[in-house]
Amino acid sequence: MIENRPFLTFMAHTVLILGVIVVAFPLWLTFVAASHDAVRMSELPLPIWPGTHFFENLDVVLNKGLWGGDGVGVSYMLVNSMIMALMIAFGKISISLLSAFAIVYFRFPFRMGFFWMIFITLMLPVEVRILPTFEVVANLGMLDTYWGLTVPLIASATATFMFRQVFLTIPDELLEAARIDGAGPIRFFIDILIPMSRTNIAALFVILFIYGWNQYLWPLLVTTDQDMYTIVMQIGRMLEAGESVPQWHLVMMTTLLSVLPPVAVVVFMQRLFVQGLTETEK
Amino acid sequence: MLKRVHFGPSALPYLLVLPQILVTVIFFIWPASQALYQSLLVEDAFGLSSKFVWFENFEYLFEDPYYWGSFQRTFVFSFLVASLSMGSALLLAVMADRVVKGSGLYRTFLIWPYAVAPAAAGALWFFMFNPTLGILPYVLQFIGYDWNHKVNGTEAMALVIFAASWKQIAYNFLFFLAGLQSIPKSLIEAAAIDGAGPGRRFWTIVFPLLSPTTFFLLVINVVYAFFETFGIVDAITSGGPANSTQILVYKVYNDGFVGLDLGGSAAQSVILMGIVIGLTVIQFRFVEKKVSYND
Repeated sequence: MIENRPFLTFMAHTVLILGVIVVAFPLWLTFVAASHDAVRMSELPLPIWPGTHFFENLDVVLNKGLWGGDGVGVSYMLVNSMIMALMIAFGKISISLLSAFAIVYFRFPFRMGFFWMIFITLMLPVEVRILPTFEVVANLGMLDTYWGLTVPLIASATATFMFRQVFLTIPDELLEAARIDGAGPIRFFIDILIPMSRTNIAALFVILFIYGWNQYLWPLLVTTDQDMYTIVMQIGRMLEAGESVPQWHLVMMTTLLSVLPPVAVVVFMQRLFVQGLTETEK
Repeated sequence: MLKRVHFGPSALPYLLVLPQILVTVIFFIWPASQALYQSLLVEDAFGLSSKFVWFENFEYLFEDPYYWGSFQRTFVFSFLVASLSMGSALLLAVMADRVVKGSGLYRTFLIWPYAVAPAAAGALWFFMFNPTLGILPYVLQFIGYDWNHKVNGTEAMALVIFAASWKQIAYNFLFFLAGLQSIPKSLIEAAAIDGAGPGRRFWTIVFPLLSPTTFFLLVINVVYAFFETFGIVDAITSGGPANSTQILVYKVYNDGFVGLDLGGSAAQSVILMGIVIGLTVIQFRFVEKKVSYND
């Protein structure tokens, strides 16, 4: 604090509280909608305080399914989303650790060629090359599989770059010492490099988990089998169907379920999240 | 770039880069070159034969008023998303930098929308502004305003902009706050002793010193608005009404997968790749200046 101006401090708190309310208001309405029954959710004006049907709606959405209850809830979609997010996060981290290790610690022909090849991928998000990538996945017979959902998304230059930066800050003396003690490259990688970059790995994991969980367009294209749907895709499908048979209490409950896991990750692992965001700068 | 001390030649480094290179070639370089190639072809209506037509697809695109309309909309959209989101994030960051008590708590309550999926963000805002049942249209009708984004294109665009900016405030807030906290307090104290008030200190010292952060965020926000808002548009409007929210990324998808115009969609992909590469180069030239690599 530079100087004491009680009025400005009061203003600052007011603006921040208003900001928090505006930012949180959409999620609050979702929670409220998810806690009322169908009758209340079709009367104007809609409620702004929670009702008493929260757990009942939760049960219907998770176990019975929507629109008359065909017996299939969305719980398996939560599992699919979880598998997809974990596979993308683990996959990206593993292949990036390996390639960053090779590029920083080995001298070999075409080293820079490989580096630039990885660099190019930084430039092309899946949205801009969507059709040809879809064709490749279809030709490889990977539609409706977890591999098709995740592998095309795990090549990422961002993670390789970050690990390269981390490895470059690790003192050379460590490698010299390890070699004197007779450690080979693999031993050095597993016993020294990975333990030394574990907070970076954890921070990246948080960011990649959110990235994987929130994928929308890609799962929409590569899955046609209902068993492979993810929870985020389901939102789009329900909004379309919701126009004819509005069941807002169930639609918003599903939305709430899709939002909670990644939000919980951000809130409870805030330090790692902020570190991951600033290190990858995206 | 390479360590002074490193391992000798062997086959191992090739095995280490192999997974990354395989994925890159199969899912990035091959499809991108396919898009380049397809953008020069025209297929017949049944997809049985195709003809090499050089740049006809591009010429056709540039003469297409719908494509120009989409281009224009994308620019307006990303400009408004970037300004709305960065403006509100800067205001909140300046306030959070000022308060001593509770700034950690405010941060927690402001950064969570980062984790909300674009499609889910679309659902939240769609519900809030639903023309028949939504809370805000209900309130608006009392001041005589009839909100219906399913019919009115401007309102649809506004809604998509609100949802996209809302989601991005978290990211901008974190970077602005970090930027503010890295400004030396002694500069601001000196200005305060010279009699500059808080407003003057902000505009003459803080804001200019923040400009690297602001520029970095501007690029990031434009990239975000261009490429990561597909889910928001699809959930809220599906590009409608009457194409009024059809931004470029949505049009690539729509022409390719719904309209099955492979050549046209590929040509649009190529143009988008050009835009991404341009933005990435701008971003890297800037980042290079700030970060020095130890090669």
